Amino acid sequence: MATEAQGEATDLSFHPMDQFIVRPLFSDGPVHWYTPTNVTLWLFLIVLATLGLLVLGTRGRAIVPTRGQSIAEMAYGLVHKMVSDIAGKDGLKYFPYVMTLFMFIVFANFLGLLPMAFTVTSHIAVTGVLALSVFLTVTAIGFIKNGAHFLDLFWVRSAPLAIRPVLAVIEVISYFVRPVSHSIRLAGNMIAGHAVIKVFAGFAAIAAVAPVAIVAVVGMYAFEILVAFIQAYVFTILTCVYLKDALHPSH
Amino acid sequence: MISLLEVAATVAADEYTESVASSVAYGESETATGLPQLDLSTFGNQIFWLIISLLVLYWVVAKIALPRIGAVLSDRQGAITGDLMAAEEFKLKAKEAEAAYDKALADARAEAGKIVAANRAEIQKDLDAAIAHADAEIAARASESEGRIRQIRDSADSDARDVARDVAAELVRAFGGTTDQAAIDQAVDRRMKGVLQ
Repeated sequence: MATEAQGEATDLSFHPMDQFIVRPLFSDGPVHWYTPTNVTLWLFLIVLATLGLLVLGTRGRAIVPTRGQSIAEMAYGLVHKMVSDIAGKDGLKYFPYVMTLFMFIVFANFLGLLPMAFTVTSHIAVTGVLALSVFLTVTAIGFIKNGAHFLDLFWVRSAPLAIRPVLAVIEVISYFVRPVSHSIRLAGNMIAGHAVIKVFAGFAAIAAVAPVAIVAVVGMYAFEILVAFIQAYVFTILTCVYLKDALHPSH
Repeated sequence: MISLLEVAATVAADEYTESVASSVAYGESETATGLPQLDLSTFGNQIFWLIISLLVLYWVVAKIALPRIGAVLSDRQGAITGDLMAAEEFKLKAKEAEAAYDKALADARAEAGKIVAANRAEIQKDLDAAIAHADAEIAARASESEGRIRQIRDSADSDARDVARDVAAELVRAFGGTTDQAAIDQAVDRRMKGVLQ
């Protein structure tokens, strides 16, 4: 990788951000909107992996599940329970949408942990689209389902009348900050973890600290596996919370 | 002059394209300057491919994967419920079988008791008949023996009476009295009463 190549030339150099560069797959040219890039490749692999688990894994439709089917059923159960617990029974209509988000993020995070992989969820452009789509969908659902009542979300009736306008301003701001925090949280976690692993890997070029660096990389990697799942879970659960707000806007 | 200028311009242009090309080629392995995440020139590409993959993923998840998994889960739930109901049924059947077994056992016991009682009654009847028979025989024998004893006693009585009469008559004669047969008979009868019997 770039880090090792550079490490030979100078004594020690870190390029922890190189792993995030978007490159065309087949040419050296500029990146147009249609150019197949490493992003395209890994998006394709994510779709493939999800298909493998959810479709190929369950092709037996066995009453007594195989390993793959068990995992697919566990994922189904996890997200299904999340949606019905948080958003309520009427939220189950949007279960496929939430499930798609969860499977996409969880596979993006886990595939990104493979060596030499590209982590699509480490890009603001990707998480931004995901978060914005949640934001727009949820807002649309809120207005379609509740009409003007959706604005009750910002009008806190349990608070004294005098401070309600102040709260309304705060609520509106927090509502519009949602997609930002929603996307930055996921991308930030992915960037930080992968960059830290790369920095530790860079230290491995110095013989004296190499064992420590390698142990640190292993530790970070284990931690990142945890983070990969937790961030997917958090993104999904927040989506459910926003969905709940849209379906039942009164506080 | 003009042609010379043209040549120079062409050469310069060639050099320029070459350098751009090489810098782009070098940029492949070039290190990132700043955050690649903030490079807006790649946003269009990422968003385009992301939306395509999300649409494909959504279609597959919503149309194929989730209905299938949902069906499998509800099938399993059905199978489990069915099995539980079957188990309940079997349990009930087992209970019935146990009850039937107990009933059969009780019936057999009662039947056995009845047979024992019947046998006992029959034996008792036979026994009673035999006892009655034996009693009758014993009674017959006893009465026969009694008859003989009475006969013997009667004969003994009359013999004794005869002897007593004779002895009394001889005694009276020996003492020089007249033998009044009637008086002697009377006296002997009187004395004999209560001796025998």
